[in-house]
Amino acid sequence: MEALLALVIGVLTACGVYLVLRARTFPVVLGLTFLSYAVNLFLFAMGRLVIGQPPIIADSATGYADPLPQALVLTAIVISFGMTAFVIILALKARAELGNDHVDGREDR
Amino acid sequence: MNHLVIAPVLLPLLAGIVLLLMRHIDIRVRRVVSVAAVLGEIGLAIALLAAVADGDILVYALGNWPAPYGIVLVADRLSAWLVLTTALLALFALLAALRGSDAAGRHFHALYQLQLFGLAGAFLTGDLFNLFVFFEILLIASYGLLLHGGGALRTRAGLHYVVLNLAGSTLFLFAVGTLYGVLGTLNLADLALKVAATPAEQLGLVRAAGLLLFGVFALKAALLPLHLWLPAAYAQANAPVAALFAIMTKVGAYSILRVDTLIFGAGAGPVAGLLSPWLLPLALATLAIGTLGAVASRHLRVQIAYLVVASAGTLLAAFGLASAKGIGAGLYYLPHTTFAAAAAFLIAEAIATRRGELADRLDPGPAIPQNRILGGFFFVAAVALAGLPPLSGFLGKFLLLRAALEHAWQPWVLATVLVAGLFTLIALARSGSLLFYRTHSTQPGRPVRPIEVAAEFAPVAGLLLLVGMLTVAAGPAAEYALATAGQLLQPDRYIHAVLGGGG
Repeated sequence: MEALLALVIGVLTACGVYLVLRARTFPVVLGLTFLSYAVNLFLFAMGRLVIGQPPIIADSATGYADPLPQALVLTAIVISFGMTAFVIILALKARAELGNDHVDGREDR
Repeated sequence: MNHLVIAPVLLPLLAGIVLLLMRHIDIRVRRVVSVAAVLGEIGLAIALLAAVADGDILVYALGNWPAPYGIVLVADRLSAWLVLTTALLALFALLAALRGSDAAGRHFHALYQLQLFGLAGAFLTGDLFNLFVFFEILLIASYGLLLHGGGALRTRAGLHYVVLNLAGSTLFLFAVGTLYGVLGTLNLADLALKVAATPAEQLGLVRAAGLLLFGVFALKAALLPLHLWLPAAYAQANAPVAALFAIMTKVGAYSILRVDTLIFGAGAGPVAGLLSPWLLPLALATLAIGTLGAVASRHLRVQIAYLVVASAGTLLAAFGLASAKGIGAGLYYLPHTTFAAAAAFLIAEAIATRRGELADRLDPGPAIPQNRILGGFFFVAAVALAGLPPLSGFLGKFLLLRAALEHAWQPWVLATVLVAGLFTLIALARSGSLLFYRTHSTQPGRPVRPIEVAAEFAPVAGLLLLVGMLTVAAGPAAEYALATAGQLLQPDRYIHAVLGGGG
């Protein structure tokens, strides 16, 4: 499971970095989304991977999942969600005001 | 527990919420609320400074959960100094916005207060993840403020700024995640303890996370080679917003200083001084590039933005000396450069609005109306920015050079700071003579009432007065800065205050 998760995070990050470096705003926004997915999974995995364990104290529990990364991920998801919405609106505004969707506001020559 | 610690964070938050609810009410009411909140913030900042001035470290455990399990706010000399600088700057930038630019968007005042909320929180928090959250708050507000007023060029600069900072936030989270994964804590004081006891096989991970953090903070502080976003963003922003943004690079500098002295300080064992080999050379290179950019600029606002880059270089070079004297010099220089840059942005706006189509382009044009008073302010701001006597910029640079004499890099620091000062002088002298002397015709300016001129220049005068006060009170201010540096170089007291005797 660790190898699979590491691979997924790596692929998501690589895709994100590639897309962020593109010259159009839509791929850039997608790239930022991929990066935030990757970092959310990464943060989640930093509490170690355990299956079927409660995050809060219980008498019957044999072990625990670390609850803190879950809280961190929740915060990070909310922030990245808001940011994505903002950057999409900003990209649309730039498309309208600059006349095209190039990140520098001008077509390649 | 002293509730004063959280008050500078809560006041702008509440004011921001109230202003958001009041968005349909007459703008004059909103202005009164906004100014009152900033005045209150200054009062709280002064009270906080008085409470920590004798070396106490105040800890506020949110929800009364003890550290390291709960989140803490920590006020020491450094935090209080920066909160006060922010509050004073915010007052004059806000007064400048009251002249009408705040009416260009409905949410200006709410965003402004939330920006102050993020800034105060970032300076006061004692938790790494909380620092991330406050960074995001101040960035979200800054996105809105940067775009305030609209316009195609501003939108383009805003898009670059937003995308860059979102990528930076992702790196921040990767660094935070790695540190938590290895050390199992995010409390700054607890991190400082745990980092010293890192097992050898995990050292690489901790080093990577530390340098990743440094990269993120360097992006915010506009350290070379991550400074490229700043000139475009600051030059395109509304003048009062650009003036407020003069503190934004200092948030990055603050974070570098905090992490460098607390987590990777002398007591960090195998990772002690992790950032030191990078900080001083990069800071000097930033100073050089910023100054060259200022010399090469063809617009006054871009020139001032490059001088902000150069001042970030000076500041981080002082921090990079890693001695009490060096850090003290940097902390004395910090408010000076913040106020001077803010005043310069406001003056540039006043010049640009008077030159019609030429705006702030550095080309000979018609004579500027009110050129005497405007030229006078430009001259004082230029003296402050270039670090000439008699103003506090000179004293700050003098303290920096004196501290550099004891450092192995002495020739490099002295040469870079002095030559950069000369080039700053040349750049500003060229701009001044182009704008005020090489004028070809005298336009009959529209008659202006003295009260309007007074209202326009009051914020600039206020900021330059603060620079003057920093010069007059140089003794106590430099002493406080030196005491702050001494406190930073003894992280044991910070750790003890946060975690208590038990650890």
